Amino acid sequence: MPDGDTRNVLEVRGLRTVFETRRGEVHAVNSVSFEVKPGELLGVVGESGSGKSVTMMSLVGLLPSPPAEVREGKVLLDGEDLLQVTPARLRDIRGSDVGFIFQDPMTSLNPVFTVGFQIMEPVRRHMGLNKKQARARAIELLELVGIPGAAGRLSDYPHQFSGGMRQRVMIAIALACDPKVLIADEPTTALDVTIQAQILEIIEDLRSKLGMAIVWITHDLGVIAGIADRVAVMYGGQIVEHAEVFPLFNDPRHPYTRALLKTIPTVSGKRAAKLQVIEGQPPMLGAAPTACAFRDRCPLAFERCHAENPQRETVGPGHDVACFHPLAHTAKEGAA
Amino acid sequence: MTRPLVEVRNLKMHFPVHAGILRRQVGAVKAVDGVSFDIVEGETLGLVGESGCGKSTCGRAVLRLYDITDGEIIVDGRAIGQESQMSLRTMRPTMQMVFQDPQASLNPRMTVGAIIGEPLSEHTRMSRAERIARVGELMDQVGLNRTFVNRYPHEFSGGQRQRIGIARALALNPKFIVCDEPIAALDVSIQAQVVNLLEELQGRLGLTYLFISHDLSMVRHIADRVAVMYLGKLVELAPRDALYDTPLHPYTEALLSAVPEPDPAKAGQKRDRIVLQGDVPSPANPPDGCNFSTRCPRVMEVCSRIDPEFREVQPGHWAACHLHDSIRPSGTTRRHTEATTMVEPNKESNP
Ligand SMILES: Nc1ncnc2c1ncn2[C@@H]1O[C@H](COP(=O)(O)OP(=O)(O)OP(=O)(O)O)[C@@H](O)[C@H]1O
Ligand SMILES: Nc1ncnc2c1ncn2[C@@H]1O[C@H](COP(=O)(O)OP(=O)(O)OP(=O)(O)O)[C@@H](O)[C@H]1O
Ligand code: SF4
Ligand SMILES: [Mg+2]
Ligand SMILES: [Mg+2]
Repeated sequence: MPDGDTRNVLEVRGLRTVFETRRGEVHAVNSVSFEVKPGELLGVVGESGSGKSVTMMSLVGLLPSPPAEVREGKVLLDGEDLLQVTPARLRDIRGSDVGFIFQDPMTSLNPVFTVGFQIMEPVRRHMGLNKKQARARAIELLELVGIPGAAGRLSDYPHQFSGGMRQRVMIAIALACDPKVLIADEPTTALDVTIQAQILEIIEDLRSKLGMAIVWITHDLGVIAGIADRVAVMYGGQIVEHAEVFPLFNDPRHPYTRALLKTIPTVSGKRAAKLQVIEGQPPMLGAAPTACAFRDRCPLAFERCHAENPQRETVGPGHDVACFHPLAHTAKEGAA
Repeated sequence: MTRPLVEVRNLKMHFPVHAGILRRQVGAVKAVDGVSFDIVEGETLGLVGESGCGKSTCGRAVLRLYDITDGEIIVDGRAIGQESQMSLRTMRPTMQMVFQDPQASLNPRMTVGAIIGEPLSEHTRMSRAERIARVGELMDQVGLNRTFVNRYPHEFSGGQRQRIGIARALALNPKFIVCDEPIAALDVSIQAQVVNLLEELQGRLGLTYLFISHDLSMVRHIADRVAVMYLGKLVELAPRDALYDTPLHPYTEALLSAVPEPDPAKAGQKRDRIVLQGDVPSPANPPDGCNFSTRCPRVMEVCSRIDPEFREVQPGHWAACHLHDSIRPSGTTRRHTEATTMVEPNKESNP
């Protein structure tokens, strides 16, 4: 848990990312702002296509340009704006200060290099370790993520590992240089629940031991409830609600967050006769938003929702929401 | 007593493993290794378990999409376990399948109308006009706008594509549908739409489902009874509430405790989570004795020697675990009680 240290290690302000495609622009990320402190875990949830991955990849220059263009914003890592630094500096930061776990482990592990090489290469380059030290570090990391017989598996290639183990190798690589910030994009989605439980324990451990700041993207609200300090909910390329984990689950203010929490069945407690659904389809992202992105699926939408794009406003301590509906602002009056 | 629509006895599906220059068979992947269950008409049997445990293979084998290694399958009164693919043709309309990936299972060059109508032209002598009418009817049933009939799959969202797959499966008025992870590829908000549709169609058309999924909370929602699979075998089978409230097998217990609860208050206190160590063994080389013995938190000496029998520990509640050896159900002989629609696996059930 974060305490004392109130400095933001990562601060994102007004990030805007657009894809220029043959069929026109796709406004995937619209004015996204968030921050994380050392030792803190920010959960990011949202439906498929809501811009979670594109946001995170924009932070550290991982999107190919063209078609992607980061049009606006600031990405401050310990005060240094990553949108202004040279490509060489950015590469350096990616391997050391910012660790990244990608949604798909197979595309991000290189099939032609051994797993040992892929872990040792960054630690030699960024941490200045010699060959022997790097090898010891690699073994340590693989053991940390629960790969049995780690020393004997350094010379294996990715295809010799099971899916779950590959995902763990990815995590080991992301952690290799003790990053200040770990960005994990659906790191456990492809894993079975029993393997996921192992990984969640490891992450919990690392965060308390190393004080790493973590941004954890997932669509699994159960995972978020268990590990996040704060949660950002994305919809249509924007953060529509942001709060500490308890208020988010117990007092959600945005109609999308409310609907989302109601659609999920559970393994214990009361069993609903019929699942709640969010009718309709996700929004098109063809142009910069001029109205609420959720308006067509929202049970509470009124004229203003179709005419203006709501901005995030404070509704309680550390709790903000982008919605015009007065119901969303009942409990406590925040900034106007 | 309701008669089971589907009866599966000691089903085995082994895939040969070949090696060497001569491609000689050196072993077998025991993807499904002696599985028995019944599905009563109109019910949904959930089949859960982790990746690679054999769920899809089991579902496909029951529909005889494979020539099975061993076992018996009776669907709607007809023994189809050993029938040739040729003679199965007449049986096909009764049994259908809905696949995990709606994108991959639909031909991208065919219009929605052609996709849904294909089974009609293959298995019926409907005229073109009748076919068009039936396709329209099916599109209504699954909530697809009829005006989309000439569009192609890529013009639809994931949830809509899954509706196309369901409409196609319904075309020939099947009785039994194997749903293989029908919602796994869909976004959470869309999953609920598809699950509600499946439930509604079941109520309306009296369908019987085998619902395969690794999502334990969704299975709790949709299934009447649930079977848990591990490394090619069923480890537990019980009515839904019994399985979720009082699981008998340590694997089911661990599986349920590992599902994260979407409630931060519960997550905080839930330190009684059972974290299993290690990976699932390979089905080409399963351990001796109980398949779960290498990861079981409650493993005993006997477990690595003797494969526990899958038996009815409580009425209607089956488990394969030595922890329940001492509890003999009334009498050791095979019984076929009201509550039970299962018979013991390894015995002949044919007179
Ligand atoms: N290369 C690209 N060209 C055009 N549009 C793109 C490209 N990559 C992403 N997009 C669009 O950007 C939007 C956001 O995508 P993103 O991958 O960030 O979603 P996500 O929230 O991570 O979804 P998921 O949960 O499915 O991973 C989507 O509408 C997507 O179609
Ligand atoms: N045609 C095949 N040839 C050889 N092995 C196969 C074949 N099909 C499946 N297998 C193997 O059989 C085992 C069971 O596979 P199956 O696809 O049934 O698992 P599953 O439970 O459906 O997993 P998932 O949840 O990942 O879909 C796996 O080890 C798989 O590799
Ligand atoms: S702004 Fe309007 S449409 Fe958007 S979520 Fe709020 S009430 Fe619904
Ligand atoms: Mg993504
Ligand atoms: Mg499968």
